[in-house]
Amino acid sequence: MTTRAAIEAVWRLESARIIAALVRIVRDVGLAEDVAQDAVIAALSQWPASGIPDNPGAWLMTTAKRRAVDAFRRRARNDETAAALARELEQTIDDDPAAGIDHVEDDVLRLMFICCHPSLTQEAQTTLTLKLVAGLTTREIARAFLTTESTIAQRVSRAKRTLADTGAAIEEPSGDERAARLETVLRVVYLLFNEGYSATEGDDWVRPALCDESVRLGRILTAIVPEGPEVHGLSALMELQSSRLAARIGTDGEPVLLDAQDRRRWDASRIRRGIEALARAESLAVAGEGPGQYALQAEIAAEHARAASVADTDWARIADLYEQLGRRTGSPVAELNRAVALARAHGPAAGLALLDQLAELQALRGYHLVPSVRGDLLEQQGRGAEAAAEFDRAAAMTANERERRLLLHRAEAARRPPSDR
Amino acid sequence: MRYLCMMKSSESNGETPPAVYEAMAEYDRWGRANGVLLDSRGLLPSETGAIISLADGDIKAVDGPFTEAKELVGGYAVIEVGTREEALELGRRLMQIHKDFWPGFVGSVEIRQIAEF
Repeated sequence: MTTRAAIEAVWRLESARIIAALVRIVRDVGLAEDVAQDAVIAALSQWPASGIPDNPGAWLMTTAKRRAVDAFRRRARNDETAAALARELEQTIDDDPAAGIDHVEDDVLRLMFICCHPSLTQEAQTTLTLKLVAGLTTREIARAFLTTESTIAQRVSRAKRTLADTGAAIEEPSGDERAARLETVLRVVYLLFNEGYSATEGDDWVRPALCDESVRLGRILTAIVPEGPEVHGLSALMELQSSRLAARIGTDGEPVLLDAQDRRRWDASRIRRGIEALARAESLAVAGEGPGQYALQAEIAAEHARAASVADTDWARIADLYEQLGRRTGSPVAELNRAVALARAHGPAAGLALLDQLAELQALRGYHLVPSVRGDLLEQQGRGAEAAAEFDRAAAMTANERERRLLLHRAEAARRPPSDR
Repeated sequence: MRYLCMMKSSESNGETPPAVYEAMAEYDRWGRANGVLLDSRGLLPSETGAIISLADGDIKAVDGPFTEAKELVGGYAVIEVGTREEALELGRRLMQIHKDFWPGFVGSVEIRQIAEF
């Protein structure tokens, strides 16, 4: 094992805590990340000769604090605040890092709030979260987002400038604002998960590494906000969805849909964790409010996880859950999924009836899954030619190459007489 | 990727010092809060266990303690990490705890990747 790989491993395990604590101390996310990077560079030059220190996290933290003192000293000549910070910080450099352990959860949560600050674009939010909380390198993030390292580096430095301009590092949201900010954090993490679970661009149908990273972020969130029902709901949802990752990819990398998946390949460990997290979400739910959107989606995923087969699935309950989800979120996609569940529970005609109502919705125009679902239901009714036209339409609408090929393949199959299929 | 970390040591190391329990509890808390530790447990002494073996067509059960074994599994952890190096670092930390809080301790951590299908 090279020292660089060992340092990257330590960094992934420790970065969230180190940067989060540094942000509290230096009150500047840009500076916190700079001095943390300096510490990593120092490790790269010293650890090959000295070996990995007994407590590598503490070593990195102490080194980063020293760099911060240096930075404040340089500014101190014409800035009394910086001079005071330098003196204050210098006295705590060798403090036992475990002594500040009570801060850790608050620190990491504050760091997540900063990474998902409302002044940042969605792109900047996901990138900063991967960089500062998940501890991924610029190279790893570039690979996850199918872009270049310099694009990511620019995005990070622009985001840090925006944060500095808005003074984001020192604010502490409370009350309603805290709740809204937490919702943003959950949304950003779920966005990352979905980008991995159902890649909208590129050649790959899924990017498991991005899913795994999001699942881990979800677990971290349950530890730092244990009182949040939706935090557990989101963690449950990602654990359950990702339990099907391996079964979703065929031997040639092609997508395998739920019906065709080998359920023995579903990850039992993730299912168990997901169902446990869902139970916690339900026990924490605010009385009278009902489950939140993530808990509802997790409940749907859990219905699939509990069923031995597609036929064995409680589709009527799933349709009901989608109905609740649609009411809670106003999402037309929930309605689309309800149409699928209704068709499973009561036959294709029930699904097509709801689809006809949905066809009016502006929000679903251009969404490839509408014709894709319609094609599927028409095919079940034996209306092959109509189904094929819908699959063709769907294929022209998706940006994912593998999905496009799958849809064209289905169109071709639907065109053949039933006996040849 | 998931790994099984098996803590092995000789039962002649004696009683586990309380400080090791404390440090292990902190490791556990840290690992779970970090999203990498899925499960971890210590095992009771081998006198409560048994070995069931098959040789020459015969299945035999022998009760513990396993006095002939040099090293025995005394605990395990299931971890989920992004790279093999992270698994090695998590295993190293387990040994670091014993180095720091259990003078004279001799043992090892065997880490094995769990197969996925």
